[in-house]
Amino acid sequence: MALLDVNGLSVTFKTGDGFVNAVNGVSFSVEEGETLAIVGESGSGKSQTAFAAMGLLARNGTAKGEALFDGQNLLTMKQKELNRIRSQEIAMIFQDPMTSLNPYMRISDQMAEVLTLHKGMSKSAAVAEAAQMLDAVRIPDAKARINMFPHEFSGGMRQRIMIAMALLCRPRLLIADEPTTALDVTVQAQIMDLFGDIRKEFGTGIILITHDLGVVAGFCDRTMVMYGGQVMEEAPTDQLFAKPAHPYTKGLLQAVPRFDVDEDELRTIAGEPPDMSRLPAGCPFCPRCSIAKDRCQNQRPEIDVFGDRRRACHATLDEVA
Amino acid sequence: MFAFTMRRLAVAIPTILLLIVISFILMFAAPGGPFNAERPLPPAVLANIEAKYGLDQPYWKQITDYIYNIVVHFDFGPSFKYRDRSVSDIIAQGFPVTLKYGFWAFVVAVISGVSLGIAAAVKHNSWLDYLAVGISIGAQSLPNFVMAPLLVIVFTLWLGWLPGGGWNGGQWQYVVLPVIALSTSYMASIARITRSSMLEVLNAGYIRTARAKGLPTSRIIFRHALKPALLPVLSYIGPAFVLMITGSVLVDVYFSTGGIGYYFVNAAFNRDYSVMMGITILMGVLTILFNLIVDLLYAWIDPKIRY
Repeated sequence: MALLDVNGLSVTFKTGDGFVNAVNGVSFSVEEGETLAIVGESGSGKSQTAFAAMGLLARNGTAKGEALFDGQNLLTMKQKELNRIRSQEIAMIFQDPMTSLNPYMRISDQMAEVLTLHKGMSKSAAVAEAAQMLDAVRIPDAKARINMFPHEFSGGMRQRIMIAMALLCRPRLLIADEPTTALDVTVQAQIMDLFGDIRKEFGTGIILITHDLGVVAGFCDRTMVMYGGQVMEEAPTDQLFAKPAHPYTKGLLQAVPRFDVDEDELRTIAGEPPDMSRLPAGCPFCPRCSIAKDRCQNQRPEIDVFGDRRRACHATLDEVA
Repeated sequence: MFAFTMRRLAVAIPTILLLIVISFILMFAAPGGPFNAERPLPPAVLANIEAKYGLDQPYWKQITDYIYNIVVHFDFGPSFKYRDRSVSDIIAQGFPVTLKYGFWAFVVAVISGVSLGIAAAVKHNSWLDYLAVGISIGAQSLPNFVMAPLLVIVFTLWLGWLPGGGWNGGQWQYVVLPVIALSTSYMASIARITRSSMLEVLNAGYIRTARAKGLPTSRIIFRHALKPALLPVLSYIGPAFVLMITGSVLVDVYFSTGGIGYYFVNAAFNRDYSVMMGITILMGVLTILFNLIVDLLYAWIDPKIRY
């Protein structure tokens, strides 16, 4: 059985201008110890997919479908049961380390409360354990610095603290929502190394949400590409890079700047992402697709499984290539 | 922190001097004087009285004498109206009264206002939220000169539970209605400020982190959200506390509690210069003091603020 099995997940937000369908029937699964990348541009629904599974949607959002963890549906769980899974079994790291830590509380208090609450540890034992974890994510002088406040750390340090906090209960699944987007490039590499160590040391399954294909390439077992709140394609990462099976994936790959080829301009995918409150009837990528046909406008492509890959596209594999 | 406190107290001295000078100027700028009556006094008598109180001196002499007496003798002078009482006597008699009902009104307003605001924010857009907003708009728009008679009608005339006025040495029965009458509008303001700042805090990234950590809602609200949500409330309740303990004219007049609010208004009507000045200085000193306390509390709540 997969560690996390998401089936037909949809997320809808009720706004003043009507309903926004941020996620539309997304399915995927993550195995124990596996690393899955969810890739897509801003607004493709990748973060909301993760928030829905963790019960962290904004007040005006509702999730339908199922997200089975150990066979239990996270979406219909009572708050109390969900709180037992949060942080103990599934932990989450957010995009912006500058706002994700409470500026009014000491790091020691923020970290220790996870252990006193979930593991019933005493405050002093919890702080000692938290300091050890900070040491493990390479915060220098962790024993002393754990008593400091978030504003006394740099952005990269704060993200390390977030990661250490997420690992305190040795969760089986770690969801990282654009963990390096807000950081310097040099710090990004350090944080990704840290994720590699975590995977090796704790055997944690990881869902890495990102729009940065460079981060994905060296790190993730499988990659899922989302667009317009739907899955476009999913494949083992090396295969996806070698032979994209969806025109959107192909466009994304071509948009990655290359330094081995002399190019004056960055390549982009022409057009704008779709309006999520008025999705087209057919394939959401259709208006921007260079090989779109009449059928693509009216009929939403079904997910088509082949080998260990899947994709949602009307065009044949040869046409995409 | 100590240096900051000392610096603020040092700045307070020129502030209070400025307050005294401006109040003096405003007082003399208003027409009339303490000894103007409907039937004018004979000029010789008037000159005699004015000489007794030093009103025949030039203005600059009056101000400097006044300040000198305060600084050297801590003497705020005699009342011009109540011949046998000094300003210090009047404050010593009236201030404990307003301090008592003002303090309890403050406690009631803060506790009920903050709880109402938190409940409304946590249950945003539910019936509880609408009820809380309704109560606070109602309490705010009901002026206390309407509130006070209503309380007396209900609790004194209909139910007969509480006396409709008097003070009686501050027995609790006599304190309840003044406290309710004074606290409602403050309670409403505090509830509104708490609600909107709590709503903002609950949308913060660190609250999402707290939820992701699997913390129970009560812990998220009281350990993670309350402190930042109270910062705007704090800047409101500092000055509000001073206004409450220096009494309300309405409460003192309507409930005949004998607090300094009553003396302050009477002093204004009677041109009782020394009483007006004394109470103005008292309010000024308290305002400076509590603004300082609020600033110190800010530093205690927000670790980014260091003086």
